[in-house]
Formats: sequence, C-alpha cells, structure tokens
Amino acid sequence: MKHLALLVRTVAAWLVTLLLVFPLIWLVLTAFKTELQAIAVPPQLFFTPTLESFREVNLRSDYLHHAANSVITSFVSTLLGLAIAAPAAYSMAFFRTRRTRDILMWMLSTKMMPAVGALVPVYVMAQTAGLLDSRTALIVVFTLSNLPIMVWMLYSGFKDIPPDILEAARMDGASIWGEFTQVIRPLAMGTLASTGLLCLVLAWNEAFWSLNLSSAKAGTLAALIASYSSPEGLFWAKLSAASLMAIAPIVVVGWFSQKQLVQGLTFGAVK
Amino acid sequence: MSFLELRGVEKHFGSLKAIKGIDLAVEKGEFVVFVGPSGCGKSTLLRMIAGLTEIDRGVLFLDGRDITRLASSKRDLAMVFQSYALYPHMSVADNMSFALRLANVDKTTIREKVRRAAEILNLTQYLERTPKELSGGQRQRVAIGRAIVRAPKVFLFDEPLSNLDAALRGQTRVEIAKLHRELGATTIYVTHDQVEAMTLADRVVVLRDGSIEQVGSPLELYDHPANQFVAQFIGTPQMNIVDSTALPALRDAAGVTGPADGFIGVRPESVLVRPAGRGRLAGRVELVESLGADTLIYANVSAGPASERPVQIVARQNERTDLQPGDAVGLDIVPASFHLFDRQGQLVSGSARG
Repeated sequence: MKHLALLVRTVAAWLVTLLLVFPLIWLVLTAFKTELQAIAVPPQLFFTPTLESFREVNLRSDYLHHAANSVITSFVSTLLGLAIAAPAAYSMAFFRTRRTRDILMWMLSTKMMPAVGALVPVYVMAQTAGLLDSRTALIVVFTLSNLPIMVWMLYSGFKDIPPDILEAARMDGASIWGEFTQVIRPLAMGTLASTGLLCLVLAWNEAFWSLNLSSAKAGTLAALIASYSSPEGLFWAKLSAASLMAIAPIVVVGWFSQKQLVQGLTFGAVK
Repeated sequence: MSFLELRGVEKHFGSLKAIKGIDLAVEKGEFVVFVGPSGCGKSTLLRMIAGLTEIDRGVLFLDGRDITRLASSKRDLAMVFQSYALYPHMSVADNMSFALRLANVDKTTIREKVRRAAEILNLTQYLERTPKELSGGQRQRVAIGRAIVRAPKVFLFDEPLSNLDAALRGQTRVEIAKLHRELGATTIYVTHDQVEAMTLADRVVVLRDGSIEQVGSPLELYDHPANQFVAQFIGTPQMNIVDSTALPALRDAAGVTGPADGFIGVRPESVLVRPAGRGRLAGRVELVESLGADTLIYANVSAGPASERPVQIVARQNERTDLQPGDAVGLDIVPASFHLFDRQGQLVSGSARG
C-alpha cells in the first residue's frame, strides 16, 4: 500500500515536471532543426541536429550587441534598484511609523496596474528627454518597475534582524554605513542575493518596455527574439535558436546562484 | 559640573509625556541604578542617555560636553542590552573587538584587550565560538565583555539579568558588583528588581510615570522614603501602610503625635508579634510564611468590634513560630519606627524615624 502511494506520487511528480519542462525541451530541440524539420507534421523527435539556425541568427542580427544591451540594462538596473531599495527597506524595517504599512501597500499597488496603462506617458517622457531607443531609458524603467518588489523583499528580510543588534552596533561606534556593511549585509546576505537575482531575471526577461522603448540601438535580447516573429511568418527554428541564446546566460547565472536564491527565499522560515 | 548631567530632560510620544523633566547628576565612578515599575520610563531614560531615543527637550552633558544631539556612535558609551544583542555572525572574540576594530585600534592592542576581558569574564576558552553555541549566562558575559574592552566613559545596563534564571541572576549580580569595584567605571543600570537596585547601587533613582520620585543611597531610601510610593516600592515584603482613620489604635501603638489625617507606614520588621491579650493591638493570624531565616506573619487587625473591614498588617521576625492561621495574637510597634504620610502620599516632615 505504502509502496503504491509512493509510486503514484513519483509518477505524478514526473508528469508535472515534464509538463513544466516540456516547452523548454521543445525549444532546445527546435533550435537544432532546420526550418522544414521544425514545422514537420508529425513533429520529429529524432533528427540530425544542425547549427544552421544559430548561424543564420548571427548573420542576420547582431547577437552580441543585443546581449550586451541585456547585460548592461539588467545589471545596472538591479544594482541601481538595490542601492535605492536597501535604504528604503532599512528605514521601514528599523524605524517603523504608523504609515509604514500603508506605504508598502501603496508601492505594491503600483504593480497591479497593467504596464500598458503607463505606456503613453512613459513613452512621451522618454521622447521628450530624447531617450527613446537608449539603454538609459530602459535602465530607468526597469529599475522603477522592480523597485516595489525589491523594497518588499528586502523589508521582509531586514525585519528578521533584531533591532537591538543594530543599536548595539551604533553604541559600538558604527556609522549607518558601518551598520549596513558590517551587520546588516552579512546577516541579510541571502535576502540581498535573492532579491538581486530575482530582479536580474525580471529585467533580463522584460519584453514589454524593451519592445516599446527600444529598437535597433538599445534593443535587448527580448527584442531580438521578437524580431523573428515577423510579418512574413514565424521562423520556428531561428526563433528557437535566438530564444535559446537569449535565455542561456541567465540560466547559467541562476544555476550558480541557486543555493543563495533558495536560502534567501526561505530565510526566516528556518531559524 | 558632574561627570554626567541631565537637565530638564523630556521625552514625548505624541501627546504623552513619557519622561517629564528629569534633572540628575552622576559623578565619575558612581554606580547609579534606575528602578521603578514597568512603564515608568526607566528604559526610555537610559536609551535617551545612550542616544538611541531622541531627547525632545532639555540637555545632556557628559564630561563637560553637550551631547544632547550627538549620535550614539560618537558618545563613547557602552551598553549591555536585555537581549544581549550579540552579533550572531561573529565569533565571541569578534563580538568583543567590534568597537575597537571600528575605531581602527591596532591588532596587537585589540588582541591584548580582548584576552584580558575574556580572562576577567572567564570566556577564554569560548573566544572562537559563535553566540549561538553559548549558554545564556555566557552570552551575558560576552555582552559585558563587549562593553568593557572599550573602556567607555559610562556603562549602560538595560535590565541585563532579566533573561537569566534565578540562581544565575544572583551569581551574575555579584559578578557585576565585583567588576564595578575593580574597574571603577561610571555605570547606569536599569532594573525593575528592587533587590538588584539595593545590592548594586551607590545611588538609586526611583522613577514613576516619567518622573523621579526620590534619589538616594539604598539605605536612605529604605529608612527615609520621601513618599508612600518609594516606601512601598523599596523593601520586601512591602511596608505596611494604614489609613490613620481606619485604625486609631495604631496611632497610639506607633506613638504618633501631630496631625491625624493621612497614612501611617510601618516596616514589617518593626511590627512585633506578642501572645494573645498582650500588645497594644489585637489581631488574628491570617497566614504564616516560613522562609527559614525569616518568618512573615500576616495578621488581620480590627479597629473595634463595630468595624467590618479588618486591616492586614505584616510582621517579620527572625524567630520561627508555632502560630497557625486563625490564632489570636497581640501586636506592638517598635517605638518611633513609623513613617507618616499625608493624603497625597508625601512624607510629613519630622515624622521619619531615627
């Protein structure tokens, strides 16, 4: 009986996993097909892999240029976001007022509006400032749109640090900067890392603003992928190859920081 | 000017005045204890001296310098927290040397100071451990060690013993007293425990509702309480306080002369238990607490046959007793041992004993 239950659970787990991973697997497979193989019916599971699509993507568009845009916009916006969110979370976690809760809710509520609702004003502002199709505009927008999440995550992480410890550091002669680097940073490393990583991923995957505010010059990898769903029809193989190249770097980053991420998300739960 | 001086210090929380104009001078090397019931503002006052809570009005001087608006980190004070507040990610040695490292003291000096503090506090073998691996008493000692390696101008203790069990509390109290004698450092110590206040302090500051009720040496407070609150707060069991109209016989028994209206206070050890029929007051035993060295006898004394509500009076004696609840006894009051308070609870001058 026990055996059977375990078996059912194992099978179910595998099914769910397959369901979740299938699109990714299909993406990887399609990337190594020719365009003909990609649209073949029935779909081919076994075929001779080819790098043709990758070659064509690289010929037709400048992968490295887009990749550089993605790296710069996501990393800079994440670092900028952390620099703004950390002091905000610090003051909310350790110097609570009657309005702290309201401010946090208000920040979160900005995420409830569909981004397209802010498209026209943001577009006009970018245009007026002469920042259309610039990395600066993307960095500013990515930073701002990730700030509420960053503040929330850091706030909940910082809240777990007993305020006495910071007061002790203050009595020991630590400045605010010292308090942050010597006490909060080591104690909230998991939170800081997972917040940074999450926002890095969010900025990397951001498509709406990069499609609308950038094109050739500042276009990120998201814009590169989108360019393969052209009016002449979908090029599945090339689209997949481009997608694979777009997600590869962030997958690698995520892989290496998985431990930090898990630790950060479960921080406070295990003490 | 005194070493540490508070002048008209106030703290407001919204419309509530938590600290109401405190004036206090602390001399160099003195051990001052703030004591009072919970909510009296003693911890707030300590935090204001530490700079962790802002001073809304008044001035604070340390060593001739106005530090009212100075950041905690620049005040050169060390604090031992109730929760110990050790840095959980640092070893014991790093915890103790944190302040010195921040001040860029050179490494050999730091090592020497930490070694000496660890020796004094019996922590030498724990220097490489983290706070998590220590017992409550050891953590407490690390917190004290963190304060003493710095040799600050003033030590601040915020109820440092309240997280320890009774046996350890007594032991640590003795150690803190010893430490103060050895280091001679100016110390301000907050507690709600009047025994800690009496045993540790050079001077006790009794606080209530954000105001100072009385300042004095422990025995001054015990022998000459300025008002009914201090009289009852200091000493266990509490001083007997009887409405003078409720028990006219007590006035005669205590030998009170002068204005009648008010309260009469008598310490339990000044109440003498006599066999039934003797003594100037007649009562009935309510409860006997035999503590070994001490015996406490709670007796109900009636003002007269007509009076319905008897007055409870506690007597404390060193001799043991065979008395049982319900036994009739007589009571006498040691001559001139009474404290006379007016209706507002203030001491009526000239009525103190001695």
